[in-house]
Amino acid sequence: MREVIIIGSGPAGYTAAIYAARAGLKPLMIASSVEPGGELMKTTDVENFPGFPDGLLGPDLMAKFQEQAERFGTEILLQDVVEVDLKANPKIVKCGNGDTFEAKAVILATGAAYRELGLPNEKALSGHGVSWCATCDGFFFREKTIAVVGGGDSAMEEALFLTRFASKVYVIHRRDTLKASKIMQDRAKENPKIEFVWNKGVEELLGDPKLTGVKLKDTVTGEISEMDLDGLFIAIGNDPRVWLVENQLELTEEKFIKVDGRSSKTTIEGVFACGDVIDPTYRQAITAAGSGCVAALDAEHYISSH
Amino acid sequence: MSAKSVTTATFQADVLDNPKPVMVDFWAEWCGPCRMVSPILDEIASEYSDKIDIVKVNVDEEPELAMKYGVTGIPMMAVFQGGTIAKQMVGARPKTAIVEDLASFLA
Repeated sequence: MREVIIIGSGPAGYTAAIYAARAGLKPLMIASSVEPGGELMKTTDVENFPGFPDGLLGPDLMAKFQEQAERFGTEILLQDVVEVDLKANPKIVKCGNGDTFEAKAVILATGAAYRELGLPNEKALSGHGVSWCATCDGFFFREKTIAVVGGGDSAMEEALFLTRFASKVYVIHRRDTLKASKIMQDRAKENPKIEFVWNKGVEELLGDPKLTGVKLKDTVTGEISEMDLDGLFIAIGNDPRVWLVENQLELTEEKFIKVDGRSSKTTIEGVFACGDVIDPTYRQAITAAGSGCVAALDAEHYISSH
Repeated sequence: MSAKSVTTATFQADVLDNPKPVMVDFWAEWCGPCRMVSPILDEIASEYSDKIDIVKVNVDEEPELAMKYGVTGIPMMAVFQGGTIAKQMVGARPKTAIVEDLASFLA
C-alpha cells in the first residue's frame, strides 16, 4: 500500500508531489498517458511565474517541476486513472492498463478540460479547421484568415500566437469588453493583424468536410451574419475534470470539487483536491502550485494522525 | 513493430490499395501530442497486425497529402478502408480510447 497517490501532473500535482516527497511519503503520481504536464504543455511563453524573470516555455517549466519532484523520490506513472474508490479503506485507484493501487490518502489534481461550443458539427470539423490548440495547429494556417472565439487571457494568447502564421486573426467575443488581463488586451489591440468582432456569438459552423466560415448572431440586436474563415480556434474556457469522482465527492454548484475553507479537504476523509479542479476564479499556474502545496501538507497531517 | 512511414509516392499502394484497413497517423516533429501518441500507435500496430495496418505521414515532409485530406490539426488519425476515410480521430488520447474507437476494424 502507498502512503499517497497524486492524480494529475500540472503545477498543482507536481507541487503536491514535491512537498509529499520531501516529507518522506514516497508519492506515486499518475500523470496521464497522453497529456502529462497538463495545461501548460500547450502554452508558449510563461512570463508571470515568479522566479523566472526572463520567462520560459510552458513545457520547459513543467520539465523543471518534474525534475524537482523526481529528485525527492516521486514515482511517476504515465497511465490514466479510469476508476477510484475513495470511500474504501485503503483507497483504491485503478488505471487504464489494469494496474490497481491502494493508498492511505489521495490527492486529486485533475485540472480542467477545454470547453466546446456545443454545436452539432463541431466534432466532425475538429482537425478540419476547428481547433483548441494554437501551438499545435497554428502551423496549418500560414497566410490564412482565421478567428479565435473567447475573451480571456487564453483567447488573447492564442490570437497573438496565431499572428505568426495567419494573415488575419479575428477575435470573436460575446461582449464588448474582455476578461483578459490588461497587458494581454493591450498586446492584442496593438497587433495590426488582430481585429475584434464584438457582441457576436457563434451560431453555426459552416462547411463540409472542411470549415469554410461561421454564422454569427449579434448578442445585442439578434442580427445574423456570416464570416468566411479558414480556421476557428475555440478558447471559451475550461470545465473542471470531475467525472472520475463526481458520484463520490460533493461538488460545488459550478461543478468544482468542494473543499473545506482554505484547506484541500474534500467531503471524504483522506481525499484532498487542489489546482484548477477546485478553483473557479484564479486558475493560474502559481495559484495551482500553492494549492498543491496545501494538499500535500493536509495529506501529510492526515497520514501522520491516522 | 513500429508504424512505417508513407509518402506521396507510396500512399496509393500502402494505403488506398491496401486490402486491410489502414490507420494513417498525420504527425510532425514539433507536435508534442504527436510524440505522446506515437508509441501507443506502435503498440496497437503490433498487437493487431493481422487486422489493421498503421502508417505515419509526416506533414512537414508530405504537405500535399495533409492538404489533400484537409488536415488542419494533428495528431490526426484517419482510418482508410477501400480507399476512402471510414473513421477519423483528432488529438492524443489513451490507448484504451483509441482501441475502443477502432473496435469495428479490429473485430
